[in-house]
Amino acid sequence: MSYASLMSGPPPLVQINKVTKRFTANGPAALDNISGTIATGKITGLVGPDGAGKTTLIRLLTGLSRPSEGEVLIGGARAHTAQRTLHEMLGYMPQRFGLYEDLSVQENLELFADLKGLSGDEREDAFRHLLKFTDLARFTERLAGALSGGMKQKLGLACALLTRPRLLLLDEPSVGVDPISRRELWSMVGELVDDSMAVVWATAYLDEAEKCDDVLLLSGGRLLHAGPPGDLTATMAGRVFLARVPQETRRAAIAPLLRDASVADAILHGDAIRFLIREGADLDHVRTLVNAESVPATPRFEDAFVDRLGGGPDGRSPLAEAMIAHPDKGDAVIEARGLTKRYGTFTAASDITFTQKRGEILGLLGPNGAGKSTTFKMLCGLTEPSEGEGRVAGFDLRTAAADARGRLGYMAQKFSLYGDISVAQNLSFFAGVYGLGRARARERIEAMLQAFDLTGHRNTAAARLPLGFKQRLALAAALLHEPEVLFLDEPTSGVDPITRREFWSHINALTAKNVAVLVTTHFMEEAEYCDRINLIYRGRTIAEGTPEALKASCANPNGSSVTMEEAFIELVARSEKQEAA
Amino acid sequence: MWRRLLALIIKEMLAIWRDPKGRAVILVPPLLQLIIFAFAMTMEVRNVDIAVLNLDHGRSGREIVAGFEGASAFDEIIQLQSVSQIRETIDSQRVIAVVHIGQDFSRRIEAGQPADVQIILDGRKSNASQIVNSYLSAIIARVSAAAYSGGAPPEAVQVRHWFNPNLEYAWFTLPGLVATITLLTTIIVTALSVARERELGTFDQLLVSPLRPMEIVIGKSAPGLIFGYLHGTFFVLVAVLGFKIPFAGSLLALYGSMFFYLLAVIGIGLFISVISDTQQQAILGAFVFASPAVLLSGFMSPVENMPGWMQLATQINPLRHFLVITQGVFLKDLPLSEVARSTAPLIVIAMVTLPASAWLLRKKTS
Repeated sequence: MSYASLMSGPPPLVQINKVTKRFTANGPAALDNISGTIATGKITGLVGPDGAGKTTLIRLLTGLSRPSEGEVLIGGARAHTAQRTLHEMLGYMPQRFGLYEDLSVQENLELFADLKGLSGDEREDAFRHLLKFTDLARFTERLAGALSGGMKQKLGLACALLTRPRLLLLDEPSVGVDPISRRELWSMVGELVDDSMAVVWATAYLDEAEKCDDVLLLSGGRLLHAGPPGDLTATMAGRVFLARVPQETRRAAIAPLLRDASVADAILHGDAIRFLIREGADLDHVRTLVNAESVPATPRFEDAFVDRLGGGPDGRSPLAEAMIAHPDKGDAVIEARGLTKRYGTFTAASDITFTQKRGEILGLLGPNGAGKSTTFKMLCGLTEPSEGEGRVAGFDLRTAAADARGRLGYMAQKFSLYGDISVAQNLSFFAGVYGLGRARARERIEAMLQAFDLTGHRNTAAARLPLGFKQRLALAAALLHEPEVLFLDEPTSGVDPITRREFWSHINALTAKNVAVLVTTHFMEEAEYCDRINLIYRGRTIAEGTPEALKASCANPNGSSVTMEEAFIELVARSEKQEAA
Repeated sequence: MWRRLLALIIKEMLAIWRDPKGRAVILVPPLLQLIIFAFAMTMEVRNVDIAVLNLDHGRSGREIVAGFEGASAFDEIIQLQSVSQIRETIDSQRVIAVVHIGQDFSRRIEAGQPADVQIILDGRKSNASQIVNSYLSAIIARVSAAAYSGGAPPEAVQVRHWFNPNLEYAWFTLPGLVATITLLTTIIVTALSVARERELGTFDQLLVSPLRPMEIVIGKSAPGLIFGYLHGTFFVLVAVLGFKIPFAGSLLALYGSMFFYLLAVIGIGLFISVISDTQQQAILGAFVFASPAVLLSGFMSPVENMPGWMQLATQINPLRHFLVITQGVFLKDLPLSEVARSTAPLIVIAMVTLPASAWLLRKKTS
């Protein structure tokens, strides 16, 4: 063996050589000249926002589609020509889990074992091992459709692992999964990776990138980084700072930072502002912009990504000019008193009580199936409470539901406008439905088109809009009637960090107009943007307070700070302990 | 409220029209139905071949064959030479019937004795062969009657068909099509309406708006009503202008009763839509309703021929009642009292199904 090959070790399991993929001959490239490797014994993160090309690349790795240019070599053979041998070494967990919802956990496993030709002792051993591994042994009789999001993903993982693949492809396993299940999935996959298996983990969560051994960072079909995530993050060293500001003034304090040319990015982070200065920028100048002490902070992968994309938006929201300010009468705009929802014998939400002030951002957090969606649905009128009272803008949800609904704006997680009709027609529809007069409707629609830079897309069918524009349109439709409360259901899952910042700058502008915002999220960074958080578990509120207060309540004995995610997990664990006691 | 409703109705119409599948649902079925029912599905027998084994060399035999040749229903008259050929020509489905005229046919007629002609029919095509049989028998009877009386044809029974003197089959089908087509269009358009929004995830967005369940029901009913009327009108025009079918009754009565007919169908369509989670389920539901509705309407076979309990069951079928009206106002001037008598059950059906859908909509969403 030569010295050179000793140095480089065995060749990587997967080699991606200058791969370009177009779906139509002259269409845009979904993947543009991508090169990289995937090595055995490592978790390789396929990182990027929705539409970056993650799924396209995974499909090339499975051999299900072939590259337009370049080649994908797996174990030395071209992926799409060696399908038969490839499928024996491949475990694939698609994004929309390929489970059969009407079959039980056991039946799903059996079906996949049959498909993979697993029989005899080997099969029974695999079942036993995987059920133990995924902690699903107690639920073998349960229908897959009745499992929680996290458990479904675990079952999907078990099915992909039946024949101990050499290459495990996981397409966004953590989408819609709460932090606890996410952590469990990570530790499970971490256990799997050894000298005989390579794992590809696709994700839009940038914090997950940091947990990978290697990363292929994609954006708009182009490769921004290949290699250990730390290599990229290291370039941010000495450029990231935290400035402590009181929570009440943090939204005002961040504005000058966002506008300054020497600041690449600034975000709210509990009662601090986290900012990233541009390479070679004058730190002393930046310090004068914040009226508080700035201490260096550990760079994150997201900082590097935002920097690569050219920095975040300037925080200005033309939306502010397009919205009237609602008077702040100091009253509560949302009042929930003892809200309870039962489905048969199952109590989805129990005795939920809180009030929300005008101009306040309240985050509803909780694991999957904990009751936060039920609470959210009760308050925006989608579900009738079994007990308790809910008021929105002073209207009782039971007796004046339609009036209450007239005062709130709603933006669903999934794009839920009418895709076949144009942007302007969508807006006209919502203007009509919310009872805006003809002249007023015209004026509001123009204002929204301007504010969201949609004027050029006026006659485009909504389904054809680029992802970021769809989100703008959805927000525009929710704001046409100048609601007093805005309901956001996981508003930024899967969008790139720039679009998320843009979105939140609009939300911040709204709070300045005394619009209250109720938001559900699985995204812990988003939780930091909230003024207050209501953590719901097993149908009850288990913690309430500012992000900082929640984190402080979980601080380590040695005084070191915890992240929002750690606080979330700790609070849920405490509640479980309390219940058991 | 009117502004909200108008916005909803405009959106519904746009959503159907801008969706290529929606457009197909509106355009394809009516044209297909028109072609199928008006041209292919006819009870008349035309363009069939028959065979004749004429062993008689007399005058009467020749006259019968000449009678066949003169009949427009028959395309080709094949001359057979021997009895042994009969089986083969029927077996191979070359012809639908063979007429066997015996050697002594003319002689017996001239002698004033009873004479027989044998007709062999293909029983596999029971319906058509019955009709061919009656054509053949009529021709044979005419020829032999003339022969027996020795010249002038006898005074036979004169049959006159009222309202459809020439028994044109299109006169029967097209007025019926006005009713069946509007049923299909309306039921599909409405059945898809709520299900489409559910499937695409837009329904929640609608439910958090100030729209009330009843307003949603009205908004979702409008496209069915509009397209129902458009298709109904189209078929009335095709019938009157294209097929020259007389329109004897009151147009106003037809359009007035059509309103309630469409509402009844919309009620059922919405009900299907509200209980469906996907468009696929909705389409399936629409056909599960529509096929028996057409079969049990009197369009394919008379309601009077069904067993009593089934006749009772057809009362809840809007098509059964409206069919009486369309056929009535087209071919005869159906009195208004009769129109009203068939419209009343339609109003009852609409009054049950529409509120039921609104109720179910509210129930399913909470």
